[in-house]
Amino acid sequence: MARVLIRGGRVLDPSLDLDDTLDLLIEDGRIAGLGRGLSDDGAEVVDAAGAWVAPGFVDAHAHLREPGQEYKEDLASGGNAAVAGGFTQVACMANTDPVNDDPSVTMYILDRAEKDSPARIRPIAAATRGLKGQVMTEMMALREAGAVAFSDDGATIMDAGVMRRVLQYSKLAGAPVIVHAEDCHLRGAGVVNEGPVSTRLGLPGNPCVAEEVLVARDLRLAAITGAHLHVAHVSTAGAVALIRRAREEGVRVTAEATPHHLTLTDEATTGYDTSTRVAPPLRSARDVDALRQGLAEGVIDVIATDHAPHASYEKEVEFTEAPPGMLGLETALAVVLELVREVRLTPLELIRRLSTNPARLLGLEGGSLAVGASADVVLVDPERVWTYDPSLGFSKSRNSPWAGATLTGRVAATFVAGRLVYQYERGVSLR
Amino acid sequence: MIGRDILGIEDLSRDDIELILETAERMQEIGNREVKKVPTLRGRTLINLFFEPSTRTQTSFEIAGKRLAADVVNFSVSGSSVTKRETLLDTAKTLDAMDPDAVVVRHKVAGVPHRLAEVLEAPVINAGDGAHEHPSQALLDMLTVKEQKGRIEGLTVTIVGDIAHSRVARSNIYGFTRLGAEVRVAGPPTMLPSAIESLGVKAYTNLREAIEGADVVMALRIQMERLEGACFPSVREYAATFGLDREKLRFAKEDAIVMHPGPVNRGVELAHELADHRPSVILDQVRNGVALRMALLYLVAGRPPKGAPREGAR
Repeated sequence: MARVLIRGGRVLDPSLDLDDTLDLLIEDGRIAGLGRGLSDDGAEVVDAAGAWVAPGFVDAHAHLREPGQEYKEDLASGGNAAVAGGFTQVACMANTDPVNDDPSVTMYILDRAEKDSPARIRPIAAATRGLKGQVMTEMMALREAGAVAFSDDGATIMDAGVMRRVLQYSKLAGAPVIVHAEDCHLRGAGVVNEGPVSTRLGLPGNPCVAEEVLVARDLRLAAITGAHLHVAHVSTAGAVALIRRAREEGVRVTAEATPHHLTLTDEATTGYDTSTRVAPPLRSARDVDALRQGLAEGVIDVIATDHAPHASYEKEVEFTEAPPGMLGLETALAVVLELVREVRLTPLELIRRLSTNPARLLGLEGGSLAVGASADVVLVDPERVWTYDPSLGFSKSRNSPWAGATLTGRVAATFVAGRLVYQYERGVSLR
Repeated sequence: MIGRDILGIEDLSRDDIELILETAERMQEIGNREVKKVPTLRGRTLINLFFEPSTRTQTSFEIAGKRLAADVVNFSVSGSSVTKRETLLDTAKTLDAMDPDAVVVRHKVAGVPHRLAEVLEAPVINAGDGAHEHPSQALLDMLTVKEQKGRIEGLTVTIVGDIAHSRVARSNIYGFTRLGAEVRVAGPPTMLPSAIESLGVKAYTNLREAIEGADVVMALRIQMERLEGACFPSVREYAATFGLDREKLRFAKEDAIVMHPGPVNRGVELAHELADHRPSVILDQVRNGVALRMALLYLVAGRPPKGAPREGAR
């Protein structure tokens, strides 16, 4: 399978601003040609009529749980879930056990991923030792070992002095700092968005302002340090406005939104389904609308899944006791295609936020179908109607509010370095 | 209502509430008999599943079940699923295998009765879930007001205290507004959820304005251990500002009644002199609690005897 010709698909390449019906030729793991009427001489031919052909998606935020919590997910199951969702590269958060705060852990993850994962795994290292928010990690050594960014994720660094120094030092390592912006004191015991829904359900509320004060703080710190700040899973209208303003002021900030925050509101928690417990919580319809607007404008430049697998027995508990998080890798594309159908985003702009922008954010090769690029390619059937059944998926866990839902659009096939690593049906038939 | 879960007043129609109150009125007479027992639920098993201790509510349900001749079993569990390493699903399946005819659930986390009800074959009665709902308490409050005032429609009911953390407040808000009363809530801003008016009530931080012209003033219990210093600076300041006494009650209607779900922190939310005598109706509430719970058990776990009022549309 040295040569593969993907014929007649709608090629969407944001790096080339390209949206056209073309043939794509893969040779020896790289893109060898892009054009009309390419010769199929000696090539396996994939008929892509009606499909989108795009650079593989890059997930800037996932929890793959290895090492330490392999009962939830591991690099094999997570990597397979990734390619089934069209993701050819996945950045995995540092809250493993042990924490990825040491180059030996980073190297362990990369070594295991090399053997087990069809997707390329890009470790995010902790910003502080043990995610304790006190002593910064050896960022230079971690970077050399293969870390692509630094984050304490859900263990938000509450000491602004520490955060300032982490941002300063990250410039030396040349990688972004990712913040899960949530003031733990304002959040308190909150588990659902504070508002009419939390009032009705009698569950402790987590106010939007808990996110917004941290976003405001870290935008100022990014401004004075000149470091690259990436705001994870933005969930509130106020945070979108703060980021928009900082962008205009020239602060080096990028931001992501998750498929669930872009499409679900806190009303989804009516019924107390613990699969809807996420951090930050699902917000109001007004916040969802502001996120969509921010995504369309490019204030939010990345869609990331925050894929967070948990065993079913961990979720079958009191709502307040259930660990936060939901699966994302296998449903992300179908869920966000809703935004294209609503004409909030063109297909090309959607792919830019799923692929080209996150690759650039993390300083990775990828997100491009330019001749010479590595052949990480995804074929999407945007009209395909299917029913999501987590028990038939690749993830080890099942915590998804879309379980049993009928979704439209799915990944038909995924190539990593020219190798077919996933196909939905045998239709793509490559041997 | 046979087989139906009673998870919250929010889910009950006006007809449902009226049927429950009328049934409770008929149950009151049984408590006055020499032999306080009828064979209505003979051979039925009622499980009181309490994850959080509550002597009063548990005893009230137990007496209610026994007056209807049900076998009542108290099943107390302490700690969360996580500390026990048993999921709620496990608990529900275990109980279900014992084949009860009704399960009464109390839990400190909102929504637990709802999750158990999804699995349990038997009807589930919520006896209080976190800061969500406490339907039998609100129903017995409505029964007491109806008894005292002869009606609920058109009355003004003021609920004073920690509205944010109160399941009693939520259930009473739904119940009294559904029956046509005007409901006001009052407390320090730290104890009023920002979205409370979305439930159809008016919120006050001035107690006098809140009880001006009220027919019913309901004081809520303050969790002093948990909230002092967090939601109010001191018990003394709370009592001075929001504690009900005869002086403050002057602003209510002359014939206003005072209610409290119990147990009372004397001298905090309710002055000592108000707790024992009229206008306080606290012991009527307790008495009515048994009849009301008999009505609930009868309606969800009984078979309707001849001549009984027909159940509602559902």
